Formats: sequence, structure tokens, C-alpha cells
Amino acid sequence: MNKHFFGDTAVLTGRSLSHIMRSMDTIITTAVTPIALMLLFVYVLGGAINTGTGSYVNYLLPGILLITIASGIAYTAYRLFLDMQGGIFERFQSMPIARSSVLWAHVLTSLVANLVSVVIVVLVALLMGFRSGAGVLSWLAVAGMLVLFTLALTWLAVIAGLSAKTVDGASAFSYPLIFLPFISSAFVPTDTMPGPVRWFAENQPVTSIVNSIRDLLAQQPVGTEIWVALAWCVGILAAAYVFAMAAYRRKVS
Amino acid sequence: MTTPQVQEPAIHVRGLEKSFKELKVLRGVDLAVARGSIFALLGSNGAGKTTVVRILSTLLQADGGTATVHGFDVATQAERVRESISLTGQFAAVDGVLTGRENLVLVARLRHLKDPGRIADDLLERFSLTDAGGRKAATYSGGMRRRLDISMSLIGNPPVIFLDEPTTGLDPQARIEVWAAVKELARNGTTVLLTTQYLEEAEHLADRIAILHEGRIIVDGTLGELKALLPPVKVEYVEKQPSLEDVFFSIVGTNSVGTDSVATDSEGKR
Repeated sequence: MNKHFFGDTAVLTGRSLSHIMRSMDTIITTAVTPIALMLLFVYVLGGAINTGTGSYVNYLLPGILLITIASGIAYTAYRLFLDMQGGIFERFQSMPIARSSVLWAHVLTSLVANLVSVVIVVLVALLMGFRSGAGVLSWLAVAGMLVLFTLALTWLAVIAGLSAKTVDGASAFSYPLIFLPFISSAFVPTDTMPGPVRWFAENQPVTSIVNSIRDLLAQQPVGTEIWVALAWCVGILAAAYVFAMAAYRRKVS
Repeated sequence: MTTPQVQEPAIHVRGLEKSFKELKVLRGVDLAVARGSIFALLGSNGAGKTTVVRILSTLLQADGGTATVHGFDVATQAERVRESISLTGQFAAVDGVLTGRENLVLVARLRHLKDPGRIADDLLERFSLTDAGGRKAATYSGGMRRRLDISMSLIGNPPVIFLDEPTTGLDPQARIEVWAAVKELARNGTTVLLTTQYLEEAEHLADRIAILHEGRIIVDGTLGELKALLPPVKVEYVEKQPSLEDVFFSIVGTNSVGTDSVATDSEGKR
């Protein structure tokens, strides 16, 4: 590893963080859609949804947080794409810096931006009556799970940002990811769904992640599902990382 | 070579080849750029100028041939090459969200230099950007962006600087500003390789000019040598390659380089 890797990554992360600080709208818009969905589901549809648990906002929040992250990483791909377009990417690559630090800076920035959006959404949920008696350890576990999920999707976003031909292409890949929680246990329990849909819902990554976070926040035993959730996150992260690095090497060689 | 050259050239290219799929962009390019000189690589759009620059700045690997920059092989000693060069690409590679000063500080930090703030302030002054230093680079005019871009290339005093079409898309005033900046660059003995579509620009700035056409260097020499190479019998040659027509007409037709007429000339032809 290049001896300047950490220093260079820190400098470049500082750069893209200042981009975010100067366009807070990217964080706000990331949080607005999930908040709107949350309002819609809690105050319009929620009354008719029977989850078998108490508060619907408590039930809903984990899925909303995943949607927040899925829409947030569209900006990661967008920012990376703009760097590649603008020529500053090539300037960095022609300098004596640790080359992969250019990508890592975007990844760390994505992590920070998404966590800020997630905190905003959680604060709104608190206003809407979300409550959890979870202890510090459970919260840390939830945070760890969200960080892993963000990193996994961020590396997917890196692939999109590196290989997109247009700005629209760079961010469009996140639409299916945003949609995925709808066919999961995020909004309604899966047992009312017809056979094949139910099978899909119960075996796609979102359900296990949502259920684990929900159980952690509700102080319920998480069981084996958390291992399934972790396996999904780590698996997607590892695969996306490998493909992103391959795409990166194609770009810089 | 007329000047005695004890040292090896700053840039040395032999038989450079590069294809993109079926398209042969470079078909054996030979170049030698003396240390401390300004060398212009002249050619029309698609002649392969940018490909040469990208290979020399380690952004692209050649299919064949060798290239050394500042004594280092671009293929096997890429890291050392990157320590010796600075690239100003075809699009002004500045960060529009950051201020001019922040852009300079960023590059100084990435070059691991002490006191980035002072370096930034010095360069802002040298390129008459002090007043604009606190503004976002996105608000700069084209000429200001290019000046900032070029001043970023100076940080750390790399011995070799590549400028890929530094004035393409600029208005006449901005072009004059950039020309002044390039001369400023070369003042301290930096080797500059610049690419351009405009003969006027090469004529104005360069000690030596090479014309890249269809993947090969077809002419290489000082301005005087180039003019001597182009007697009327060569007209046939021009007709075969009409894309270089304006270049050759300029050689034959221009005696004095008034900057204004130069600018309007090339604007008018395009």
C-alpha cells in the first residue's frame, strides 16, 4: 500500500465533504422522499395496515432507513461521475498520490452523507411518535448494520459512477434499490402476500435486514435472522468491491 | 539539434503505438523534447495528440514503443513519472465548488508539501488571481479557470508539464492570458509539452514544433525549419490532408504574429 494512502484519502475526503457542506440540498432531498413516504404510510395508509404489533411508525422505520440510504447513494454515483467528467479525476490520477484514495474518499463521504440523512429521518420519526427502549448495545448494532448496508450500496454506486455514460445513468441504478423494500417486510408483514411474491419477499436481503433492525429496536431476540442479514450485507459489499475495483482498473490503466 | 545537449531529453518517445479496438490512433510516434524547452504538438482533431499526452502522463498504456519522461519509463516507473510531471487536461480540471485558493491548497496537500496556504497565496498573486482567490472556481471566466488550472500544475515545481489544448474554447482575450501563463511556466526552466490545433499558438509559444498527423509525426523542427520544409512543391501534400490545410496556409501566409489578428483568424476559420 502506498505510504500516503491515509493522508491522501483524508485530504480528498475533506474535499468531497466540503462539496456536501456547500450543497446541503443533496442531504435534504435524500431525506425528503423517505420522510414523505413515512408520513404517507403512517398517517394515510397505516390505519388500515395490521402489523400485529403496536405502533406502525416503529414497525415502518427500519425500512424507511434503508430507502433513505438507497436514495442517498445515487448522489455518490453522481459525484463520482462528475469528477470523472470534469477532468479533475485525471488530474488526481496523474499526481503522485495513492490512486485508490480517490475512490475511498468518495466512499467515506457517502458514508457520512448517508448517516446524516439517516439521523434526520430518525429525528422526524421521533416527532411522529417513534419510540425505542433499546440500550446502547442494540443501538450500536443497528448503527453497525446500517453502516454495513451503506458501504455495500456505496460500492454498488461506485460501479455505476465509474461505468455510466451519462449523468442520468449514474443515478438511475438506485431506483430498483429504492423499490426493493416495498416487496419485503418493510411496510407490511409478508404473510398476506401471494405465494411467489411472499417467497421473493422473504428471501431478499431487505427483509432480513429490516427484521433484524426492528427486533433490535423493539428489544426482541433477533435470532438467526441477523446472521442472514449480515451475510447479505457482507456478501454484497465484497462482490461490489471486487467489481468496482475491476471497473476502476479499467478506467485508470 | 543545434544547441549542445549534454543531458538526455526531458521527454523521449520511440515508436509509440496505440489502438482503440480497430482504430490505430498512434502508428509509431517519435519525439524528443529538450529540457527546459516549450514543445508544441500540433495536429487536427483526432490526430492523436491527447492520446500521446495521456500515455506520457501515465493515464493510458501504450501498445508498443517506449516513452521516458524525466528519465523514467512511463510503463515501468509510472510512480516516478507522476512525481516528475503535471498534467493540465483538455477540460479545465479545477473543482468548481471549491474556491480558487482551496483548489491550490488541495493540490499542495496532495503533493505533500509544507505550508500549502502560502504556496496558494503565492500562485494566486503570480497569476493575478488574488482578488478572485476567495470565490468559487465555478464563477470564474474561462480564462481565469485556465489560469487557475495552470497554476495548479505548477505546485511542487514538477520539471515537466503537459498542457493539452490549453486554449481550446477560449475567447481571444482569455487566450492571450493563457499564453502569458504558459510563458510564465517556462520561465523557470520547466519543460513544457503543449498540444494545440492552432499553428499561431505553436508559433507564439514553442521553441520546437512537431506536427502529428494520422498517428505519425510528419514534421518536427523549429519554426524556421518548418517553414523551410514547406516549399510550393509540397502543395500536393496539403491537398491529400485537407484537415491540415489551415495550418499550412498559416505557415505560408503569416509573417508577423499580431495576437489580435491571430485570435480572429483562428476563430473565423472554425
